[in-house]
Amino acid sequence: MKEQSGNNLKFVSRKRRVREDKRFVKGTAVFAQDVNLPNMKHCAIVQSPYPRAKILSIDASQALGMEGVRYVLTGDEFRANANDMKFGLNTPEVKWYPLAVDITRYAGEWVAVVVADDQYTAEDAAELVEVEYESLEPIIDPEKAYDEKEVLVHPAHGSNVLYEGHFCWGTVDEDFAAAEETLSYRVRWGRSSTVPIETFGVVARWNEAVDLLDVWASIQMPNYVELLAATLRIPLNCVRLHQDVDVGGSYGVKRGIKHSVIVGYLSRLLRAPVRMIEDRLINMSSGDAHGPDRIFDTQVAFNRDGKILSLKIRALDDAGAYPSRAPFQLAKPISAIVGPYKINSVQYDAISVVTNKTGQVPVRGFGQSPTNYMIEAAVDKVARHLNLGRIEVRQRNFINHDEFPYQIPSGSKYDSGDYHTVLQKALDAANYDELINRRDAARAAGRLAGIGIGTCLEPGGGNNIFEYLMNPSAEITTFSEGAEIRVDPDGLVTGVVGTTTSGQGHETLMATIIGEELGIDPDTIRVVHADSLNAPVTRSPVASRMAIMLGSSTAAAAQKIIAKVMRIAAYNLQEVEDDLEYVDGSVFVRRDPVRKLTWRDICFIAHKAYHKMPNGMEPGLQAQHVFQVPGGGQLPDEQQRVQIYPCFSFQAHIPYVEIDPGTGHVKILDYTIGHDCGTIINPDIVRGMVIGGLVHGIGAALYEKFAYRPDGQFESATFADYLMPSVYEVPMVKDVDHCTPSPLTSHGQKGSGEGGYLGAPAAIASAVNDALYPRGVSIYELPMRSHLIEDLLNGGKTNP
Amino acid sequence: MKNTIDISVSINGKEFEDSVIPRMTLLDFLRDKARLTGTHTGCEHGVCGACSVIFDGDPVRSCSLLAVQANGKSVMTVEGLTNADGTPGIIQEAFQDAHAMQCGYCTSGMLVSAHALLERNDRPSLEDIKEAIGGNICRCTGYVQIIEAIQLAATRLREVSG
Repeated sequence: MKEQSGNNLKFVSRKRRVREDKRFVKGTAVFAQDVNLPNMKHCAIVQSPYPRAKILSIDASQALGMEGVRYVLTGDEFRANANDMKFGLNTPEVKWYPLAVDITRYAGEWVAVVVADDQYTAEDAAELVEVEYESLEPIIDPEKAYDEKEVLVHPAHGSNVLYEGHFCWGTVDEDFAAAEETLSYRVRWGRSSTVPIETFGVVARWNEAVDLLDVWASIQMPNYVELLAATLRIPLNCVRLHQDVDVGGSYGVKRGIKHSVIVGYLSRLLRAPVRMIEDRLINMSSGDAHGPDRIFDTQVAFNRDGKILSLKIRALDDAGAYPSRAPFQLAKPISAIVGPYKINSVQYDAISVVTNKTGQVPVRGFGQSPTNYMIEAAVDKVARHLNLGRIEVRQRNFINHDEFPYQIPSGSKYDSGDYHTVLQKALDAANYDELINRRDAARAAGRLAGIGIGTCLEPGGGNNIFEYLMNPSAEITTFSEGAEIRVDPDGLVTGVVGTTTSGQGHETLMATIIGEELGIDPDTIRVVHADSLNAPVTRSPVASRMAIMLGSSTAAAAQKIIAKVMRIAAYNLQEVEDDLEYVDGSVFVRRDPVRKLTWRDICFIAHKAYHKMPNGMEPGLQAQHVFQVPGGGQLPDEQQRVQIYPCFSFQAHIPYVEIDPGTGHVKILDYTIGHDCGTIINPDIVRGMVIGGLVHGIGAALYEKFAYRPDGQFESATFADYLMPSVYEVPMVKDVDHCTPSPLTSHGQKGSGEGGYLGAPAAIASAVNDALYPRGVSIYELPMRSHLIEDLLNGGKTNP
Repeated sequence: MKNTIDISVSINGKEFEDSVIPRMTLLDFLRDKARLTGTHTGCEHGVCGACSVIFDGDPVRSCSLLAVQANGKSVMTVEGLTNADGTPGIIQEAFQDAHAMQCGYCTSGMLVSAHALLERNDRPSLEDIKEAIGGNICRCTGYVQIIEAIQLAATRLREVSG
């Protein structure tokens, strides 16, 4: 790692335009829905109206009789010709097909797909497909699903429990016995998600002449191409994903594998390009994009000075009917199971159950946001119980700056941090004393006002060891990321990214780091998103990992370029490399700087003057580097202690809220955030990620919920029912940053894509409960919608 | 053959004529017939604002209008916000300078709403800006940088107009 004075960086950490933005403001970016191929066919979905039902018959004859209708695909046909979609848990009897086979498992599940010459015709025809069902009793409540023996979502699996893991790290029983106090509590994280404004879309075209399935998709998903090939029973190198398609927001959820295998299958069958673009109803009800839905029952052991000794946590997660990689969201929290605190021991029972709801997918933070809410609730409860300050208790339990690297009980070694300083910076920026005066004045005037204190750790750049942890038989641990740099004969530089982008600014990231390393103006560097057959190794931009992983692989590839440049220069200047100096692309003789080779000279030699190359050197000037997760390759030890993520960012959130006592409506009037993601590559990108994540957190805390009725019907299929923060719900957030570099990455950078979302729900809950405190009530259920708070205020219900 | 209606719409100052089925939305017309794909499909029920366009001078949701309603009218889309030479206009430049986007999907609608505001109000307050984009949902940015971009654009537009 380099010294991070910050002053000797030319491009990294400097305010520079984000290069992706120009195509967006001009309206010329190409999203999946903009891909328009000749003779393209369009899909509409036939959905099950029942949460659980037997399919008795499907009659598509009327639909097929309509002019312009080309095909109707059912689950039976798909199963006969393709495989089920597999996701990593060792649950072979939980079979997931893109269209229901024999049984439907949630309200809205796809039963058939109609293909037509245009979208309007396809949707008309879908209404003519007649399906006969026998409705069955569904299982909706996850706690009942856990105990249920008769009503099974996947009968062949034998229970509704997908995964149940018991972890015990350290001396939990001894710590509980020794503690001066204990508390137990329940918190509930509601079923919400990140709901991008672009729905999922995909276009596939089978090219028979070259045996190739071309795919354009709004995708952000590890293993997508592998899953497509495996499900469709075609070789992996017969699928080509075009990754230059811009993805209109994802935050983890753009994983339309179901949609993609359908259009892949159909395009091959119909010998025509086939497109499927979700409409909003399909997206919300059955697009497989719901997030965690989790109940925590926690016990905390602590002393009267506020020192927390131990936690016992039971997490029960409702994965819905088809789990994809959702259960692994119980594993990421293992990497920061004690948050930023020195807690000596932890017991963690992690349970994933299936119910008759839409399947859950990974969402921003991969399960860490609900977990952080649970951890922060513990700290607030300890402070309230002991009548200590919430800030004081946090400061007392924080890991100290001089204790890093710090290993927590579950095995994670936190790389670096300065939690006391970041919290203090946030308190200063919030004018905390004035904030207290404001709250107390509001209370004196009869209003309900509260200040929230919330912190979070953001684990970033992780490997796939969580998959190994939950299913060792799969032997999967790797999660590397590659970068390629090509220098052309004119000396111009192109960087190659191996994956799609959905707003993270990978092109800016890569150009900035190449520019920094090579000393070349990033604005002259082109960055391309290679298709999947041309791409460097990638595991996709999940897990707050691209600054860490793509950034570090890019820097290493650039260093390989410099090493080659130096060898060429030494050979031509007839000097040893130690006597030469590389400055902004040119190479000088140190003692006689007039003697030099320019960047253009060297690039010309590398490509066109082989007679000037050192003997045996590979022609051209290009380099690739694949970066493995720092610490990767180590398996869990006998206590199942494991290092999943290498880098740990930190945030402190301080919201101020007032609550309307009549309606229970929460208004956020002020919000300050302090954040530390190590070295910032691009300040505007990081600020956007931090504030944007925070606003996702506001949604999860106060508004957003995929609601199901007790009978299993889905109630949140539109934006009129699923409420998201508009500009009116968001204060002008004050943000202040701090830099504790990571020792593990090229420039000291860490992740910043998730922290806002990890910290905000906990902090807003803290503020709401502070506001409710004088009235003797509290709420530990998200989203804290107005009617719940109004019930508490006017009915006096408590949730201790 | 399906029943179709001939319409003529002025889009970004150019006349565009086509035959459309009566139920085609203005959004689908702009995207699929006029091939102007800068206007984006979001919720299809008038809530998110991703499909916003200027319709006879007013910002509207093109998902909630029919193409036939645009017959004889003028429509301006995000593509119409550029300068005559195709370079980004002042609001588009300000959105870049403030990095008022991430994925870029809601950006077209935001720009259109900002344009409509700044056409009428060269000195918008924070509340004016919130009202102008109150019907545009952004899931990436948390709005702060969008507000800053509109403030920056307002300043620059005032400088240009003297």
